[in-house]
Amino acid sequence: MTGEQHTGFFASVEEVSARLAEVGYLASTAVATTVFLADRLGKPLLVEGPAGVGKTELAKAVAAVAGARLVRLQCYEGVDESRALYEWNHAKQLLRITAGREESWQEAKADIFSEEFLLPRPLLTAIRGSEPTVLLVDETDKADVEVEGLLLEVLSDFQVTVPELGTITAERRPFVVLTSNATRELSEALRRRCLFLHLDFPDEELECRIVRSRVPQLDQALAESVVKVIGALRAMELRKAPSVAETIDWARTLLALGADSLDDAVVRDSLGVVLKHQEDLRRAVEKLTLASA
Amino acid sequence: MTGAAQRALPERLTGFVHALRGHHVRVGPGETVDAAAVLAVLGLADRERLREGLAAALLRGQGQRPVFDATFDLYFPRSVGDPSTARPAAAGAATSVEELRERLAEALAAGDSAAMARLAGLAVQALGRFGSAPGAGAGATPSATPGSGGWSAHQTLERLRPQILLARVLAALRAGRPGAPADAPDALTDRIEPDEIRRRIEAFRGLVATEARRRTAEEQGTAEIARRAVAPSVDQIDFLFAGRDQLAELRRSVRPLARKLATHLAARRRRAARGRIDLRRTVRRSLGTGGVPLRPAYRQRRPQRPDLLLLCDVSSSVAGFSDFTMLLVQALREEFSRVRVFAFVNRVDEVTQLVTTGTADPGGLARRITTEAAVIGHHPYSDYGSALGEFADRYQEAVTPRTSVLILGDARNNRRDPNLPALAQLAGRARRVHWLNPEQPALWSTGDSAALDYAGLVAMHPCRNARQLGELITRLLPV
Repeated sequence: MTGEQHTGFFASVEEVSARLAEVGYLASTAVATTVFLADRLGKPLLVEGPAGVGKTELAKAVAAVAGARLVRLQCYEGVDESRALYEWNHAKQLLRITAGREESWQEAKADIFSEEFLLPRPLLTAIRGSEPTVLLVDETDKADVEVEGLLLEVLSDFQVTVPELGTITAERRPFVVLTSNATRELSEALRRRCLFLHLDFPDEELECRIVRSRVPQLDQALAESVVKVIGALRAMELRKAPSVAETIDWARTLLALGADSLDDAVVRDSLGVVLKHQEDLRRAVEKLTLASA
Repeated sequence: MTGAAQRALPERLTGFVHALRGHHVRVGPGETVDAAAVLAVLGLADRERLREGLAAALLRGQGQRPVFDATFDLYFPRSVGDPSTARPAAAGAATSVEELRERLAEALAAGDSAAMARLAGLAVQALGRFGSAPGAGAGATPSATPGSGGWSAHQTLERLRPQILLARVLAALRAGRPGAPADAPDALTDRIEPDEIRRRIEAFRGLVATEARRRTAEEQGTAEIARRAVAPSVDQIDFLFAGRDQLAELRRSVRPLARKLATHLAARRRRAARGRIDLRRTVRRSLGTGGVPLRPAYRQRRPQRPDLLLLCDVSSSVAGFSDFTMLLVQALREEFSRVRVFAFVNRVDEVTQLVTTGTADPGGLARRITTEAAVIGHHPYSDYGSALGEFADRYQEAVTPRTSVLILGDARNNRRDPNLPALAQLAGRARRVHWLNPEQPALWSTGDSAALDYAGLVAMHPCRNARQLGELITRLLPV
């Protein structure tokens, strides 16, 4: 094993909480603990949960506090090896061949499959560098099943095999975060290689702190009411439950409107910031029994 | 289990892992090693951190979390090293109902879920013990082994009655709110609060049920655990036997399922779009290269979105099945150029408008179908024969050679004429007809079921739960 076994960003769980808080990410016990463990044990962290709870934010925050570069692989249906791992630079290879016409075939062949002609994609980029790196594999569940196969080698051994070059092993392990909205069941093999974190909407008290830290001008009582209403909305089985980001947007909106308490009129007028479907809006207004204007 | 605390750490961990396996949590040796590493890194100092850390190493999905938490409490009790203080209220009578209520009210007001979980444990311990009353039931299952006793969530909740705490909690919240005197309450939050507290109380009831189940399972051994400690996952709930809240849960699974199906179908259509070589054009092209087919030509297909027609039994006997299916159709409708939905009990009527323009509220949908559409004739029983006949008479033009027809229902005809010619005629006109039956095949030939008669004419598939429905639909729907 050439590389470091762990990323070594943090020394303790407290440090994780404290430093994440510095960049504005307020972590629950579960988050702080698992981030610390992923760092210490050098294992990838699989974060699952509904949209908008801060899965991607977590990776960004870790990168920010660790002073690491963030390499992001955004998965989508149809992402493949050449998008995720590496690709040969065909154009450059052709140029090389035309430039050296007098060479023998053996020389030419050996040359064009060298690092110079390799286009690293996120996975290879993440394990090749020697600087601290956070690798974010975003929305893993969107990718086809075959891509998981590619990920397995990277996630368990932090190495990539390029047939023409051999195996490239990480000099320094990246801190890996995989996110998933659980629209597709990820394979058992992938899950086994990761630490698992289920990130749900924060509890009332934590969300209140998050809102206050992002929108400090908002007074405590109003922040509490906002979070309460958001909680009630989330319990309503809407098409799209409001995310934490939307809670913050709403808090900002209220601030801009100069509202000092949540009354029916204010909520009715600004609910569009939080709910993104007409159907949801109608239902929310009905359930919150807001008197119509 | 009382010796657990004294055991050496590695043994305690392996014991814990074994207990988890007993609860159907799949934990491999690799995970156990990870868990040991977690233990080494975190130590025992902070219990909540240890809980989260072990969960991260051992669990692979949130569904197993309740089982994990309960087992964790058992193996890593509150104060390590002294089991007698670790499990307080060992003498159940020491904790009075009123005291429990008091503490529960506080926990509910604070929304402190850890405290609620702890109180659930205490409450079951103090109130949920069954003597040796046989057959009275442990937890939700009314068939405990006779004489073995057990722990009852029902009994615990009957005695504790957490629902009466609502008013108390609300009052406490109002009194505790800074800067808001009781006479000038913040109207909106006041309206929300009761719902919130009700949800918390509901969550507490869930915790009690889990705790009672766990304790019973623990006493009755692994075989019992295997049988009932693990509730079936949502997609395996039987449509016909689902209870009210199970149905609600099923409905919540509709949108993800529909999404999954939609991506699957789209992928299949894309795959189907490339492929077949057009031999005639390839040969013609090859003339330019001296007969060598350098550039094969592919057959191009005109993209064609298929038609779908659904014929649903909406009688009360298959209610869970039909409204779940309709929600799914509603979610899938953008996949198909034309979806028409017909509902019947003994008369048939088109409900496409209701289904596609209606809200996502399933209860409302079912109600609107039975009230706004003419699906019930002179009697309230399903009659497939007359429904099929009427469909053939009135809506024949809806079925074309491009239409795929799905018939949804249990084919229980109440001993009337099954009207096979009508179905045969339908099958003759449509591209294909599939019948999804929520009953298991063994029941198809029993009683008033005409399933086998119909199965002779069209393909009939058993479709008992969401998982089967999902699989069937990906297999059957036209690409």
